[in-house]
Amino acid sequence: MASVVVSCIFGWTGVDRAAMGVLGAGQRLSRDLAGGHVGLIVGPASEALIGEVAKCVDRIAVVEHPLLDTYHSETTLTALTQACKHLDPHTVLFGNDLPCQELVPRLAHRLGGSAAGDALSLKGQNETVRLTRSVYGGKAQATIDLHRSPAIIWVRARAQDPALPQAPTKDIIRVPVSLEQNSSIKLMDRQKEMQGTARLEDARVIISGGRGLGGPEPFTQLQSLANVVGGQMAASRAACDAGWVPADWQVGQTGKKVSPQLYLAIAVSGASQHIMGIADAKTIAAINVDPEAPIFQHCQFGLVEDYRKVVGPLREKLIELLA
Amino acid sequence: MNILVCLKQILDPEMPSRDFRIDPAGRDADRQAAGLVMNIFCANALETALQFREKHGGKITVITVGAASAEEILRKALALRVDTAVLVKNDLVQRLNPWCVARVVAAAVRKLGDFDLVLTGRESGDWGDGQTGGLLAEELGRPCVSMVDDMKIDASKPSLVQLKRQTDQGWEAIEATTPLVITVTNNEHNVPRIAKTRDVMQAFRQPITTWSLVDLGVDTQSVTDDLASTEVVELTIPKKQSHCEFVTGDSLEERISKLAQRILTIVQS
Ligand SMILES: Cc1cc2nc3c(=O)[nH]c(=O)nc-3n(C[C@H](O)[C@H](O)[C@H](O)COP(=O)(O)OP(=O)(O)OC[C@H]3O[C@@H](n4cnc5c(N)ncnc54)[C@H](O)[C@@H]3O)c2cc1C
Ligand SMILES: Nc1ncnc2c1ncn2[C@@H]1O[C@H](COP(=O)(O)O)[C@@H](O)[C@H]1O
Repeated sequence: MASVVVSCIFGWTGVDRAAMGVLGAGQRLSRDLAGGHVGLIVGPASEALIGEVAKCVDRIAVVEHPLLDTYHSETTLTALTQACKHLDPHTVLFGNDLPCQELVPRLAHRLGGSAAGDALSLKGQNETVRLTRSVYGGKAQATIDLHRSPAIIWVRARAQDPALPQAPTKDIIRVPVSLEQNSSIKLMDRQKEMQGTARLEDARVIISGGRGLGGPEPFTQLQSLANVVGGQMAASRAACDAGWVPADWQVGQTGKKVSPQLYLAIAVSGASQHIMGIADAKTIAAINVDPEAPIFQHCQFGLVEDYRKVVGPLREKLIELLA
Repeated sequence: MNILVCLKQILDPEMPSRDFRIDPAGRDADRQAAGLVMNIFCANALETALQFREKHGGKITVITVGAASAEEILRKALALRVDTAVLVKNDLVQRLNPWCVARVVAAAVRKLGDFDLVLTGRESGDWGDGQTGGLLAEELGRPCVSMVDDMKIDASKPSLVQLKRQTDQGWEAIEATTPLVITVTNNEHNVPRIAKTRDVMQAFRQPITTWSLVDLGVDTQSVTDDLASTEVVELTIPKKQSHCEFVTGDSLEERISKLAQRILTIVQS
């Protein structure tokens, strides 16, 4: 195959919306480059997973090993390096979870290629991959050409159209890797601070609070508002930095990228870095005392008012209308 | 432990969007449009290192690769009482990418001697690449733990570092052997401290080790190749398209009622 585009899927994640986005981006890019699309499955590859990926690619490469049952930064990187050397890709695409983000530059370095992250759009032109990404905290958008192959890229996965189903491939290969246990980095403990079971990235309604709330207590009020409309909670960096809410509530450039039907921002100013996380929200609304707050430039509707006068009565009103 | 903290000077990311301009060549931001500051995640990394030194002792060296103006962030770090400051003057090109920076910092590390811990920010507030830490780990042939927000030593295991890092779903506790590269993110405990006025004054009299790329024996052809590998074709300012409809009404009650209805229309669709 000429110009191989590899979409990397991890067995421990499976084919979720993000993986479908990666596979979609890979499928389209491989057509631009008139090459083949390989689904590289790293880690436990169940029949079901292989079946899902088979509908999106021309070939599947499976990398399984007892040391790849879960993610380990160093071991997974070594496995990926070996697999990529075997597949000799033009481009390798990843999703945007933390493992992907940390693997990309290191893999690119080991393969002597180039790297980019948070790609919004991707295009193959001649032998070059052209991508766009937000820079300067969302104040600008850059178009970037990666000239050194292989191009290793993580994409904003949920913003990519999913792959179109194609005839399931029967071309499935296993790539052998030789790995050693890495004892320099040991996982001792792990905590899940997820709110309920759903991911913020998949929430339909999000209520988000900012520094203007003035402390942790008002977040309880926002929470009960969210409960009424089946929403999930989020926050600005300022609120997380203050320790009012957990760090994984943060939305923005360096937080979660969300795409709800409704994002209601309360006492959030709307700094460009915050907006970067909600660019894909269907509707943005805000409650803020300051009519000049930048958040209103991104809103479909808003209320200029002190949140303390609004949140309680708004909750009552919603309950009344829902009854 | 010997700690190196990598610092980058960037255009103030908190500048209002309306002041943001693209330079005439169309490939980068206009550096005149706002002040230059220490990248916030570098400040978080420095704070993490300072707290570590308070608890466990050791020495902190800070390094930046940049223009002469980058001396300012080194003075800022000196005012927070770091032990040594190094400026690598980039006299080759205007903007280095993470690949060049990693190459240059690795060369400096070889000259400065061994560090147990090398800290970078998780990403810069300008180009937001988030690559330098990982690339530096590769240049130095060391493992890397990213997104760390806490770092200490457990007295019963003095040769190991105990790290806490943020993940997509919460946090992980990691035990790591040194030498190690760490990228640092923000949390409520590493909010950068403010220097004492006396220390700020003192910082102006402290020496800064200044090297050129040539002093470090950096292969200029490799730097040129690294730069050519990633080409910024265009930089544009995205247009804001939305028009906010402010909820109006004679009474607050009426406005809240209208707001509730708009919310429900979406929630129930
Ligand atoms: C590299 C980098 C990355 C960043 N990443 C992120 C990120 O991922 N996410 C993020 O959120 N930020 C991020 N930031 C920070 C960002 O620049 C802003 O500092 C931050 O978003 C501000 O948070 P805020 O809106 O809560 O606070 P502020 O900007 O202080 O705004 C508070 C708002 O509350 C309003 N208010 C005050 N009192 C009331 C009241 N009683 N009722 C109603 N409204 C009231 C005010 O009018 C104001 O608009 C990043 C910054 C940098 C440099
Ligand atoms: N020019 C530089 N000099 C020193 N450190 C840098 C430089 N550029 C990047 N870094 C470090 O790498 C981190 C991530 O930067 P980046 O990969 O550019 O997003 C920064 O927070 C710094 O710690």
